[in-house]
Amino acid sequence: MKPIFNRGPTLESRLLIVVVLSLGLLISDGLYGVFKPLRSLLTTLVSPVQYIASLPAVFLDASTDRIISQEQLITENEALIQQLVILQADNQRYQSLQAENEQLRKLLDAPIQTNLPKKVAELMAVDNNPYSLQVLINKGSINGVFNTQPVIDDQGVVGQIVDVAQTTSRVLLVSDLSHAIPVRILRNNLRLIANGSGELNLLNIKHVPHSADVAEGDILITSGLGNVFPEGYPVAVISQIKRDEGRPFAMVKATPLARLDRLRYLLLLGQQEMPLAPLSATENRVIKGDLNE
Amino acid sequence: MNKRYVIYLSIFIALVLEVIPMPLDVAMYRPDWLLLVLVYWNIALPQRVNLGLAFACGVILDILLGYSLGLNSLALVVVIYISSLHYQRLRNYSVWQQMVLLGLLTALYNLIIFWLQHWLTNVYFQFSYFWPIVTTVFLWPWLFWILRKIRRQMGLS
Repeated sequence: MKPIFNRGPTLESRLLIVVVLSLGLLISDGLYGVFKPLRSLLTTLVSPVQYIASLPAVFLDASTDRIISQEQLITENEALIQQLVILQADNQRYQSLQAENEQLRKLLDAPIQTNLPKKVAELMAVDNNPYSLQVLINKGSINGVFNTQPVIDDQGVVGQIVDVAQTTSRVLLVSDLSHAIPVRILRNNLRLIANGSGELNLLNIKHVPHSADVAEGDILITSGLGNVFPEGYPVAVISQIKRDEGRPFAMVKATPLARLDRLRYLLLLGQQEMPLAPLSATENRVIKGDLNE
Repeated sequence: MNKRYVIYLSIFIALVLEVIPMPLDVAMYRPDWLLLVLVYWNIALPQRVNLGLAFACGVILDILLGYSLGLNSLALVVVIYISSLHYQRLRNYSVWQQMVLLGLLTALYNLIIFWLQHWLTNVYFQFSYFWPIVTTVFLWPWLFWILRKIRRQMGLS
């Protein structure tokens, strides 16, 4: 074969080298996740590209913020005040209910649910990757973000952190094909697992027996069993059930409650040091007792 | 001659365009900017832009878009290999012929990514994965014209 280039190795040998390199990377990273620990460093290295890419959106946002009319601001302000009053009224009841719930749980010797620390993050970019549903947020390891940290928005669970860089991190959405989340039905506590489907607004719930008490419109909340997501956050609402007796399980589909296609502000839950499974009341007492002595 | 920065600058801009946020309905049609720019430079200056650079760019794109490492680089390397086998022919083709061939190259690129992704995570076939082929083909004449103009003004060879 006549080489195309006068110096260096031939095109074929170059091809062989880079194909072997690529395949090596693919197998080690795609199948075995060898580069998982290195990912945060690599993402930090390329984050300038991300920042430059998000500049036009930042400028656009800034200019629309500036030219927003006073009238619009007044109506928005009024709506927000109304919402605030309603939420505060609800909050008054919530405080007393929480105290009551804690007391009842103490009586039952059930674990007390602690308040998780929260952090607000803003969406930076949505990945142009049709095979994997991920978004980029503007908080990273210097803000205390950690791997597998749960992420929610004001409606429900959004996903979890999969990749932390210095100042940005990547959120895997609940509807990604490789994501699954342990849930239970709010109505009857039936435990299920909601798998992502790869489509943004669809979750598949697998292995549901035909006889299971599942109905359309049932709300799924996190069950806290996987030790990743804290218990009790709404995830999805069941949208479709097909009970085909020819199949071993019923086909159940659900729609995520978080508005995954219009995310803007996100909440990061929890801290790295603290285990997400809260201590039981007895354990709590033992620790307190130790401290007193 | 240190005008090579033009090549790297254009690749950098292509990378930015690959990740720039877009509304969800439009993002589906996002052309493969990096592939276009690399194929152009490969046809124009095959001794400068070649498999090694394509591999490096592919890895960067993998990191940027959250793919498994090596996925985009493998697909890019295959495409650049084909284009560097035929760079002399591609250079002399008319725009229409170039567009047809580029359509084939982009289709191959997207298919390789789909196959590898299917092998890794069992994704299902969706027609919307292949919209970029159409937009990329129609972008080629414009990009070819702009980059050639830049290259001639800079006197890069």
